Amino acid sequence: MSTQLKRVHGYLAEFKSAKALYHAAEQVRDAGYKRWDVHSPFPIHGMDNAMGLKKSILSLFVLIGGATGTVTAFFLQYVTQVIIYPTIVQNKPANIFTLPAFFPVMFELTILFAAFSSIICCFVFNQLPRFNHPLFTSEQFKRFSDDAFFVCIEARDPMFSREETRSFLEGLGGSNIELVEDEV
Amino acid sequence: MSQTTSNAQPINVLERERLVHNNRSLHWITERVSGIVENRQPFLWWVLFLPSVLLSAVLGSCLFYLIVAGVGVWGNNHPVGWGWAITNFVFWIGIGHAGTLISAILFLTRQKWRTSVNRAAEAMTLFAVMCAAIFPGLHVGRVWMVYFLAPVPNANAVWQNFKSPLLWDVFAVSTYFTVSVLFWFLGLVPDLATIRDRCKPGLKKAIYGIFAMGWRGANRHWRHYEMAYLLLAALSTPLVLSVHSVVSFDFATSIVPGWHTTIFPPYFVAGAIFGGFAMVLTLMIPARKIYGLQDLITPKHIDNMAKIILLTGSIVGYAYLMELFVAWYGANKYEFDAFMLRIKDGPYVAYYYAMFGCNVIAPQLFWFKWCRQNLWVVMAVCMAVNAGMWYERFVIIVTTLARDFIPGAWDLYSPTWVEVWTFIGTFGFFLMLFLLFLRFLPVIAMSEVKGVLPQSDPHYDPHHTGKLVENSFKGALPFDATAGLPAQVATAAPAPGIAQDNQFWIRQCNPRIPLSGNGSISLPGNPFTLWIKKK
Repeated sequence: MSTQLKRVHGYLAEFKSAKALYHAAEQVRDAGYKRWDVHSPFPIHGMDNAMGLKKSILSLFVLIGGATGTVTAFFLQYVTQVIIYPTIVQNKPANIFTLPAFFPVMFELTILFAAFSSIICCFVFNQLPRFNHPLFTSEQFKRFSDDAFFVCIEARDPMFSREETRSFLEGLGGSNIELVEDEV
Repeated sequence: MSQTTSNAQPINVLERERLVHNNRSLHWITERVSGIVENRQPFLWWVLFLPSVLLSAVLGSCLFYLIVAGVGVWGNNHPVGWGWAITNFVFWIGIGHAGTLISAILFLTRQKWRTSVNRAAEAMTLFAVMCAAIFPGLHVGRVWMVYFLAPVPNANAVWQNFKSPLLWDVFAVSTYFTVSVLFWFLGLVPDLATIRDRCKPGLKKAIYGIFAMGWRGANRHWRHYEMAYLLLAALSTPLVLSVHSVVSFDFATSIVPGWHTTIFPPYFVAGAIFGGFAMVLTLMIPARKIYGLQDLITPKHIDNMAKIILLTGSIVGYAYLMELFVAWYGANKYEFDAFMLRIKDGPYVAYYYAMFGCNVIAPQLFWFKWCRQNLWVVMAVCMAVNAGMWYERFVIIVTTLARDFIPGAWDLYSPTWVEVWTFIGTFGFFLMLFLLFLRFLPVIAMSEVKGVLPQSDPHYDPHHTGKLVENSFKGALPFDATAGLPAQVATAAPAPGIAQDNQFWIRQCNPRIPLSGNGSISLPGNPFTLWIKKK
């Protein structure tokens, strides 16, 4: 075996239910940790409050995306229908008063752009895709997507300490406490 | 008045039905749903899959023949230029609507039962839209020129006519498909992570891993994820209503009698949801049986969907009758004649009554609980609706075009063998895609179903669940001295008929019952509902 340098990612502790995880999260929050997260197979209702997180700002970006779609569709139609290629069909006008006929496409592109902003922002804000995360080195962590509930306190948290964080997690009722290390 | 009554009747304790039966654990759900992907497929899967591949090949051959020989191999003529092609387009695009309704509208209205069926319904939406897109795509004639539908600069310096509903339709359907794919994919990410984490290292794990995007179930991720999901639902809701409205504009903005009506958008949307739910049930009732998903897709789910079919079927029935009424009341000779030709004198009268029977009469069976719970009856009604919705589109398109203003322009329409096999082929293609979906992707949204289990609530307490006591006793019920409390939270002494060694809280009583001066309540003789909670 070669001597491999390892970097400590943090402590992983398992909790037995969504309820236990929720109460553990409240206590981690109150203890003042900042660089930590909980991992669960499904979103737990109220967990954002228990972790002290604010509402996601994603909606603002979706609004901007949707508005971009509306404006794009308007100019796409106005420029092609009124300026460069006015088509007179059934004596309908080809000017700004044609606007009502442009609404369906404006609506569809609003939805399309907003939907793309929503999914792109969701992954960008979460810094995904990321396939090489240190937590994937933990064998027990695989069960997060099945039925296990974890708290992970990261080593880069200023309050992190090898001994105290471990005993803190033990005191919260965590089991299978593991020091997750990543190969450098 | 405040004595314990002797004429108390036994209490029926009812509980709200659980969404997942038999108290299944989180792990059971993972095992059962991932098992479908991981294990060998049942024999029946192959029995269905091979013919569906064959029919898809038939579809491909028919389309190839059409492209080589020209659209003349279809039975379209003057005046019936739209024939089966557009009938089938509207039929398939309508099927898709139930998926988006389940995934978006039922999400916004917090209908938690949607979680068991939304994944399959969304998949069905995508496959139905793919089948639908084939028909207008090839109906344009020279399919290699189909990019003219898109507003891209071209050598002729010609631009599309954005005032045409046909172009709106291109935007509506392509947006609908794209947004449905995004919504479906976002929902799949946590479940793909589940399958990734269960695979042995290898190619399979790598492929599922790439599509799982490195999902770690972190709450800092769920926070954005849930917001994105909510917003996609909120965006899809008006989208799904717009798509079939725009499809109906293809007809309603023309001046052809029988089409030029304002009722079309709501009538089309209701019909689309109606037909879509029938298709969801057609697929899910066999699938839940074959894969043993009865605890996840329970009779309650089927009951709910049957009720939606009843509702939307009745809306469609109302629209049929209202069309006839307005044709008469509107005093437009051509409009009136168009409908008389549909219901009495025309060449396609049989189609009208087939439509009416399948879409309006057959779903009325769902007024009866027994019919909603008997799967054979449900399947029979759904099959009738599937057929009926196709008849509806045929009636709207062909009967109208075959008989317009001038009798000299009238002609009949019948499909050629190419059209018939193309349509049958789309069923094979649809079924093939759905079977592949069952084989490779989790058919039930595991993370969402896990989230609606009772133990997933962070405030869940297995010893404090409310129980519903219905119409249980007559007379008075003695009390502890808690006269100050409202009746909903008063502490009740052991009530007659309830085990005497327990204390109970009255949580809610409907209708409200006033407290009398000495702290007792008199329960009325007429029906009431009482929620009590074990202390």
